Amino acid sequence: MPKLTRRAALQTAVASTVALPTLLPREAIGQQRPSELKIGISTFLSGPASVFGVPGRNAADLLIDQFNRAGGIGGVPIRSIVIDEAPGVDFLLGECRRLVQNEGVDVMLASISSGSCLAVAPLAEQLRMPTILWDCGTQRIFEEASYRYCVRTQANAVPEIVAPLLYVAKVKPDFRTLAVLNQDYAWGRDSWAIWKAAMDAVKPGVRVVAELFPRFGATDFSTEITRLLALRPDVIFSTSWGGELDTFIRQAAERRLFERSTFVLPLAESSLERVGKTLPEGVIVGGRGDHWFLHPTAKDTQILKDFTAAYRQRFNLYPIYPTFHMAQALYGLKAGYEKAMAANGGAWPSREQLMDTMRGLQFAHLTGTMTIREDGQGLEPMLIGMTKHVNEYPFPVIDRMVMFPPELTMNPVGTKGLDWVRLLTPASVQRAPAEIPYRA
Amino acid sequence: MTLLLFLAILDGLAYAAQVFMVAVGLTLIFGVLRILNVAHGSFFAIGGYVAATLGTWAATTALAPALALPALLLAAVLVGGVLGPVIERLILSRIYVKEHVLQLLVTFALFMILEDIQKLTWGVQPIFQDAPVRVLGQVEVGDIIYTAYQLYLLPGVALATLLGLMWFLRRTLTGRVIVAVTEDREAATAMGIDANRVYLLTFTFGTVLAALGGALASPTTSLVPGVGVNMIVLSFAVVATAGLGQIEGAMLTALLIGLGRSVAVYFAPEFEVVIPYLIMVAVLLVRPHGLFGRPELRRV
Repeated sequence: MPKLTRRAALQTAVASTVALPTLLPREAIGQQRPSELKIGISTFLSGPASVFGVPGRNAADLLIDQFNRAGGIGGVPIRSIVIDEAPGVDFLLGECRRLVQNEGVDVMLASISSGSCLAVAPLAEQLRMPTILWDCGTQRIFEEASYRYCVRTQANAVPEIVAPLLYVAKVKPDFRTLAVLNQDYAWGRDSWAIWKAAMDAVKPGVRVVAELFPRFGATDFSTEITRLLALRPDVIFSTSWGGELDTFIRQAAERRLFERSTFVLPLAESSLERVGKTLPEGVIVGGRGDHWFLHPTAKDTQILKDFTAAYRQRFNLYPIYPTFHMAQALYGLKAGYEKAMAANGGAWPSREQLMDTMRGLQFAHLTGTMTIREDGQGLEPMLIGMTKHVNEYPFPVIDRMVMFPPELTMNPVGTKGLDWVRLLTPASVQRAPAEIPYRA
Repeated sequence: MTLLLFLAILDGLAYAAQVFMVAVGLTLIFGVLRILNVAHGSFFAIGGYVAATLGTWAATTALAPALALPALLLAAVLVGGVLGPVIERLILSRIYVKEHVLQLLVTFALFMILEDIQKLTWGVQPIFQDAPVRVLGQVEVGDIIYTAYQLYLLPGVALATLLGLMWFLRRTLTGRVIVAVTEDREAATAMGIDANRVYLLTFTFGTVLAALGGALASPTTSLVPGVGVNMIVLSFAVVATAGLGQIEGAMLTALLIGLGRSVAVYFAPEFEVVIPYLIMVAVLLVRPHGLFGRPELRRV
């Protein structure tokens, strides 16, 4: 038997130390608990979309402070680094690389623009960077590719459009004509394509009398409103948002367009406080999920009441849907780390362990419980309702609410949303849950 | 069909009035100072923000309805009267003899700074103040409801601005002095005209016009970050099509663009976005110096 010399023992020990990480799969290696968890957040801090981006950033600031006061995630304090996605995709990708390679961020929360997310997801794979898509809506992300390092903690454009369509078909079953007024960019065009395909399946025979796509950033809709006044469509559909939606609502109200047509505004929850009671009763509104500070089933829960009160106190505004989206991303991240650590014997998880855990994860957030599907797509209900004026608030509240479950409005894994909506039938309308009235 | 065309013309006139109010200040400044002022869009935006702020304050006073319209004019004078002289004296007066590229970069930098100041001051949430529209009420044309603000006030102010400017530049001493400096600064200076004073006056006046454009737009639109960018792009199209420095040309071009756009919304909505630029390309192909522009001899 060869004699084990001290030199041989040392050589073996050094070789094992060097070789072990390359021999074992990455997944099996836990990480040392970091001194802080750095989260990179991309959002719009400038330009028109900052009406969503800044509330999202504000929600992140508020919740990260709250998490840190309670010990952070797994005892690790969180530090956020926020970048502006307004300068465009190339700038954003450069900033993401900088955050990962220079700043050493552990997780990215990206982004508001669908174009940003479509670009960031492949980069996240390349950099092995755990990334949560926190607000962008395009359904194409997980339909056209498979990502290990990306998940989305919200729904996508398919249920966001199908739900209001089912709602209007339910509450106004006799509508025969429709006009669309959307912003002339990807979201405006894509959301109309989903609506049109789904409407042809759910309400065949509805005539589209006008397709209006004013330029993105338009400040005047007078001409479009005149045309809509003359055409008198039964329903006017618009997925516009931000200042443009506010302007459209005010100009339409001044010229009594609301008296002639039923409006369907799937993003108007975010405008309610700003436009006030200029927005009349009876307008169908949504908030890209079940997001509303007076959520029908969550309004009395401590978590939502505390969040709304803290947000109002700090920013003097009611929270709107991007704040809920940001909250879902942070609650999801926290739940993911905690579950991965529990599975890892309490040790800090590797990136791969974290992302494997995120798939199939169920976690509680401000308005309920979210599940992340095996393809990385989050599932959440869609809250659609009708505006109503009440004395308690100087702006409309949402009445006659319907919470559309994901199984009714979201295409299954492995299918494409635009193809799936064509398979809907008029019977889909009947499967909508019962209305929930507003209660003070 | 006739009714639709009539409605399109009414809409086009209102839109043309808004575009003209911004473009005329830009073209006036270029005509005299020979600077293409990218920061003009910021003056439009700040004029709108200040008008909305003043309007919100006025709404809390006992004279609420009566102050709604004067607040718009006051906002324009305040913004133009403060920002115009400060920027002209401190920044622009140092770059008159520099390359056009540098002038563009400096005014672009100014634009970026002013954008950030807007965000710091008014935040990023859309701001709106529609008291002036409500004060003037509505008008029915057939069974179509318009606001009197859109149908009468906007085109009226634009027409008054055009006529007032033409009278001022042709019939008053100060106006003729401005025209003289525009034609030949060296000769005008040799005749004893203080060109620096003319530059200051013109830039301030142009700034007031941009701010007035913003103030007049504020009751009908939401003010958001970036609102200045949208207007400045269209204004450049108007100024280039009209011929740089051409006031009457700016009005004619604004009319062409306004009417073209609204006719497109009625009859071919897919062309709405490109109509202003199609008009610009068509005009510049035929008249490279713009509708009213003249070729200039380059002095060595």
